Amino acid sequence: MTDLFTTYTGNILQMLLIALGYLTFFAVAGLLLVWLERRIAAFFQLRLGPNRVGPFGLMQTIADALKLVSKELTGTERADKFLYNLAPYFVIITALLALAVLPFSGQIQAFDINIGLFFLTAVSSVGVIGILLGGWSSNNKYALIGAMRSGVQTVSYELSVGLSLLTMVLLTGSLQLSQIIEVQKDGWLIVQGHIPAIIAFMIFMIAGTAETNRAPFDLVEAESELGAGFHTEYSGMKFAYFFLAEFINMFIISAIAVVVFFGGWLSPFGITDSIPWLGVFWFLGKTFLVIFLMMWFRWTFPRLRVDQLLTLEWKYLLPINLFNIVLMAVIIWLNLEIKF
Amino acid sequence: MSNQEIQENLTELNLGIVFSEEPAQYLTLTVPKENLHFLMSKLKLVRELSFDYLFCLTGVDWGLELGVVYHLESTTHRHNLVVKVMTSDRENPVFDSVQDIWQTANFHEMEVFDFFGIKFNNHPNLKRLFLPKDWTGYPLRKDYDDPINMIIK
Amino acid sequence: MITTKIEDRFKTEEYFINMGPQHPATHGVLRLILTIDGEIIKNVEPDLGYIHRSIEKMCERDSYQQIVHLTDRMDYLSAHINNEAVCLVVENALELEVPERVKVIRTILAELTRISSHALWWGVMGMDVGALTTFMYAFRDRELINDIFEETCGARLTMNYNIPGGLMFDIHPNFVKRVKDFIAEFKTKLPEYDTLLTNNVIFQKRTKGVGFLSREDAISFGTSGPVARGSGYSCDVRKHHPYSAYTKMDFKEVLRTAGDTLARYEVRIQEMWESVAMIESLIDNIPEGDYKVATKAVIKLPKGEFYQKVETARGELGVFVISKGDKSPYRLKFRSPGFSNLSALNKMIVGGKIGDLVAVSSTLDLVVPDIDR
Repeated sequence: MTDLFTTYTGNILQMLLIALGYLTFFAVAGLLLVWLERRIAAFFQLRLGPNRVGPFGLMQTIADALKLVSKELTGTERADKFLYNLAPYFVIITALLALAVLPFSGQIQAFDINIGLFFLTAVSSVGVIGILLGGWSSNNKYALIGAMRSGVQTVSYELSVGLSLLTMVLLTGSLQLSQIIEVQKDGWLIVQGHIPAIIAFMIFMIAGTAETNRAPFDLVEAESELGAGFHTEYSGMKFAYFFLAEFINMFIISAIAVVVFFGGWLSPFGITDSIPWLGVFWFLGKTFLVIFLMMWFRWTFPRLRVDQLLTLEWKYLLPINLFNIVLMAVIIWLNLEIKF
Repeated sequence: MSNQEIQENLTELNLGIVFSEEPAQYLTLTVPKENLHFLMSKLKLVRELSFDYLFCLTGVDWGLELGVVYHLESTTHRHNLVVKVMTSDRENPVFDSVQDIWQTANFHEMEVFDFFGIKFNNHPNLKRLFLPKDWTGYPLRKDYDDPINMIIK
Repeated sequence: MITTKIEDRFKTEEYFINMGPQHPATHGVLRLILTIDGEIIKNVEPDLGYIHRSIEKMCERDSYQQIVHLTDRMDYLSAHINNEAVCLVVENALELEVPERVKVIRTILAELTRISSHALWWGVMGMDVGALTTFMYAFRDRELINDIFEETCGARLTMNYNIPGGLMFDIHPNFVKRVKDFIAEFKTKLPEYDTLLTNNVIFQKRTKGVGFLSREDAISFGTSGPVARGSGYSCDVRKHHPYSAYTKMDFKEVLRTAGDTLARYEVRIQEMWESVAMIESLIDNIPEGDYKVATKAVIKLPKGEFYQKVETARGELGVFVISKGDKSPYRLKFRSPGFSNLSALNKMIVGGKIGDLVAVSSTLDLVVPDIDR
């Protein structure tokens, strides 16, 4: 039995099992998030939302997923077939890759590299290539406009995501996610870093929402302007990949926020020190709270216009961010952090 | 300005204007089509008249003649005027466009062209507005006949 | 030294894009052919006629009672006011004096229709700029009005409650109570419209200074209703050519001078408050009396030309009747407010972005069957 995990084939088997576990989690979480979004939307809109299939309508998204799987895959006449088919996988695989480094608890982390945070930001920005490919190859003007907007948007807001995380890295001194959480045993980073940390969190949430292409930054889809934006010409399972990837990306952005600002799987009063596996629930609970915040944005705010989107980033967020890094540096230099 | 004054004012222009004698809601006049554009620009530009609001432009098939009825209002003086113009040429009816005076005429003249086949000189974009480009005939004319689509009682 | 300009090296081209006839933002089957340079709109050309039913030609065949029913299908969101326009033109031509009761009931229903139409517009406006929740809020309030209509005249949208000479039947005994309940309810809900959308920073940024229409252009393009009043042009038919109960009523005409999308938005929101006040002043004073005067079974208008304008939720609806003394009009023209408002779209939007077009066309409050007729 012990041999199995030490031999070469054993290693491969181990990897496959973990990958399968992650895939299962990914599928379930995606469907659950879709259900959650619909229930929350209904809650904001004085409706009931899905409540017929299964308890609280939990099976509704599974029914929808089955429907999407069984649908015909249509495409446009003169689309670039290779790129057109490649694009959804690009988007979904990058979303999956990012999941690998997330620390669900002290023990449950597939891949704890020393540049974890850097890896996360890098991987999450690759997804835009899929969107660009999809929009470009669809042979549809709406899709093209959507894709171009996506490119502009992600390139701009990537900066803010990176810089706001960099502000916090000043505090932790490490890019490794487990290290970042370790530092927070003296208090969550948003408390340790107080004023600059709160500013960084706000900027991160704005930029993160923009990076996942969700309202109020959903110019990429903007159904009242562009029909369905970059995925206008996708149907069936290929569309579902884009759709699921959006929700997984939202999960990832929220998870990063939790790890970097809210102590990851750490609980208040050190409960997780004695019972480590409880960390999973703390981590997921905090993540869902941040996700709820993002859904709240979506169902209350109108959409920005494309020039306002860029103005917000380049004229406001970026200067504030640069100033914020200096402020954080000064605070660390003067030892003004709050530590318990 | 009262209807009486408008009438006097316009008679002075010597454009061959005929005022309607029948009792009507608004002061109504008929103008020869050569003088239409001149009269219209006067109506808009003369300060005492300043009919700046063309609120209705109607094409009418009078049976023998085709014509256009313009309903005008002045937003400063709040008086109204109805201008009619007619032609007995049913094959190739042409009037001067007034879309340079009131921009709203642009769309309304397209509509009249679509339904009555009345052409307008100097209109920038005269084309079928509602009906398909390959439609034959002008449906709101009295002699239009379409035995398939029209139900006549 | 490099002398070539950037424009020469990276040449850009304008391209066409079809917005509609099936598009979420055109609210029906309106087709806009856009000429675009990147995101900037160079030209907008509406292509109409996808829902043209030749109502004017049908009117030349139908009796006046039948024509009333056709008008429902034009601007279906202010169906009651459209009906009223035709009834008024017939009554004026016949010199028929309708009872006071009829006038007051017509006016209350017209104002309810206006609230219902503006509420729907508000919901759709929010959706167009990306705030999806507004739509459900608007429908919550609109539902109450539709229930009142349903109880009174049996229909929720195409009401056909007006007939030449009065109303089809008397109001439902519950009518007064339900309208009062609705007004009390709606007064608490209307501030939510402001907190949810109007005061939102993003919304203000999206609308302020966008889609400017000067007062001169507003008049020249023949715009009317909230579109014109947002440009500071006082054009309320209820004020300038009063009909029904508006002759004796005191109400404010809502005017804004900014001429942009936000001004048109504010005019409509404010008009809902005005309509609420109007209904409040009328609902307790419905005079007793008949609900209609007898007309002949076959109405024949005297020879002549008759014009009647009314203020629908979208603006000035004109009905121009040329009668030769028959049971059907010789020629009947509907001057629809949406048609003239749409013609100003190109002027307002050129130089704006695609996102602006959606916001601007939303404040024009286009109802396509009204434009195509």
